[in-house]
Amino acid sequence: MDYKYVVLIKQVPDTKRITGKAMNDDGTVNRSALPAIFNPEDLNALELALQIKEEHGGTVTVITMGLPAASGILRESLYRGADRVILITDRRCAASDTLATSYILSCAVKKLEYDIVICGRQAIDGDTAQVGPQLAEKLGITQITYVEKLPELENEHITAQRNIGNGQQQVRGKLPMLLTVTGDANEPRVAAARKMMKYKKAKAPTEIEQQIKAERPDIDEDALVKLAKEKCRQLDDKGLLIEQWDLDFLEADLGWCGRSGSPTKVHRIQSIVLAAKESKDVEPTRQGIADMIHELIEDKTIA
Amino acid sequence: MIGVNREGEVWVFAEQHQGKLEDTPLELMGKARQLANILDVKMAAVLLGSNIGQIATKLIQYGADKVYVVDNPLLENFQTNSYARTICQVIQKYEPQIVMYGATVTGRDLAPRIASQIKAGLTADCTDLQIGDHTEAGSGKLHKNLLFQVRPAFGGNIIATIINYDRWPQMATVREGVMPMPSPDVSRQGKIIKEQVQLSAADLPLTILEEHKREKKVDLKAARVIVAGGAGVGSKNNFKLIWNLANVLGAAPAASRAAVDLGFIDHDHQVGQTGTTVRPSLYIAVGISGAIQHQAGMSESQKIIAINNDPDSPIFQIAHYKILGDLNEVVPRMIKALKEKTIKEEVAIAK
Repeated sequence: MDYKYVVLIKQVPDTKRITGKAMNDDGTVNRSALPAIFNPEDLNALELALQIKEEHGGTVTVITMGLPAASGILRESLYRGADRVILITDRRCAASDTLATSYILSCAVKKLEYDIVICGRQAIDGDTAQVGPQLAEKLGITQITYVEKLPELENEHITAQRNIGNGQQQVRGKLPMLLTVTGDANEPRVAAARKMMKYKKAKAPTEIEQQIKAERPDIDEDALVKLAKEKCRQLDDKGLLIEQWDLDFLEADLGWCGRSGSPTKVHRIQSIVLAAKESKDVEPTRQGIADMIHELIEDKTIA
Repeated sequence: MIGVNREGEVWVFAEQHQGKLEDTPLELMGKARQLANILDVKMAAVLLGSNIGQIATKLIQYGADKVYVVDNPLLENFQTNSYARTICQVIQKYEPQIVMYGATVTGRDLAPRIASQIKAGLTADCTDLQIGDHTEAGSGKLHKNLLFQVRPAFGGNIIATIINYDRWPQMATVREGVMPMPSPDVSRQGKIIKEQVQLSAADLPLTILEEHKREKKVDLKAARVIVAGGAGVGSKNNFKLIWNLANVLGAAPAASRAAVDLGFIDHDHQVGQTGTTVRPSLYIAVGISGAIQHQAGMSESQKIIAINNDPDSPIFQIAHYKILGDLNEVVPRMIKALKEKTIKEEVAIAK
């Protein structure tokens, strides 16, 4: 069967490598100063799609919504074996919470044919795990979250194993289906050298424009549009043009996108200040330790 | 879409499986009670399942004024679609102002589906909930008595307070173990309200083929004293030090994510953002540097002892007792000191 897999991925700041400098003075997060990476569990989602495809055939389409720079993870997807990649970029997507994001993504997925939609369980910048289930609801399809193993596929049915926190659950259902995938599901493959050679020059139209502007800062608008169009055509001929969609193309209702489509708002952001508690240094000697133990027994911390 | 309803109640989703109530909704009851008192509205639990009548009484004892019960054979086993459909219907009928869910696998699977269906906001994995006022930046419009949904973000590097002021209910999932469990009051009275929801086989799109549940090997949340080891312990063999110290103290052995990833101990013992959140009387961190992700799971401990040979370890910033030294010397000394104390006490009793 010619299955259609759609994988949703996100470019995220590497939260493990945040330093003090990553915070602005006003306490907001300085995203631009953080290294941007392929969200780890989205790599597991892509790997799962590629493995199902290897076993059952079909095509893998990868979608991301983000800034133009998010094309980086689409190229990464091509290096690993994605058949088609799509960048959704539009200023009007900014400030979308999970509800608005899932609405925009649902408009995009509805433009495609799909049997299995696959997302990482959660993204490391927010850790919400909400977009997958919300997208499933917007598409009106069934969800299986926390998938931790390669599912089995037979004709119209899928059987998947979920991690339910204190154990496992095997469930079976009819396609189309949305899966969210945990980091335990597989070991994502590395980029294939040959594909990397082929696709490293793949670009989205917005990147081409940026490049022209960087090379020719005083180019006028008409010339820019013309030149960009020409370059896009050349890339497209080589199969290296990354598809780019905006909210107009998606025919999205703007009332459900960005800030106006987001019921949740930020009241306040605080950077973590480690609580300075009353503390004492204890000598690592026999006496020092014995004194500490004595104190803890005295104040009944230990029985 | 549901608008602002100041008369709305405060609700807790009472997650149960096979007739057994989870801990997290009970933990949430204490907080929900407190919020309902501030807002001067009723607090209610929403209970779904099949033959679950006796659980409703328990929820009243834990602080609910009302329990909305949907008892239906089709709700016997949790499925996202059937549960989401049922809860959406009761939410739309009563328009609560706040709905809280435990951030369990079930809560994190269900709550976003509900939020999407009723087009409401949802904040994931909150560590605190408060009531407060918010002034809109542009218009200066004041919104009083909103639910402040406090949660760590960016891998625990920042704390964000999230609100929703125009589309309600205000919904949040809350991390397991962060709210102290209230004590039940068996004399409490409340109202049990039976709700009917039409469900069909179409609301159960999945077949549950198999389910394996296992009891966690250790109940870290219930432990009064915890001894946790980190990567600094060095090896699985050397992790015996942690077990021995825990043994002498009658404590639960635990670990940082790094130690679990290195295979020193099972994941059930992991404390931190991706493990269990604990608040014991005493937490002994041995060879744990104390990354923010680890601190997220243990910083509420009443007393913290940190043993580390690196003076710059972040764990020292939150420790009450800082022991800069080699854990291979310090831990045996602690074991010895503890044993001597016990012997002395026994001698004293014998006299």
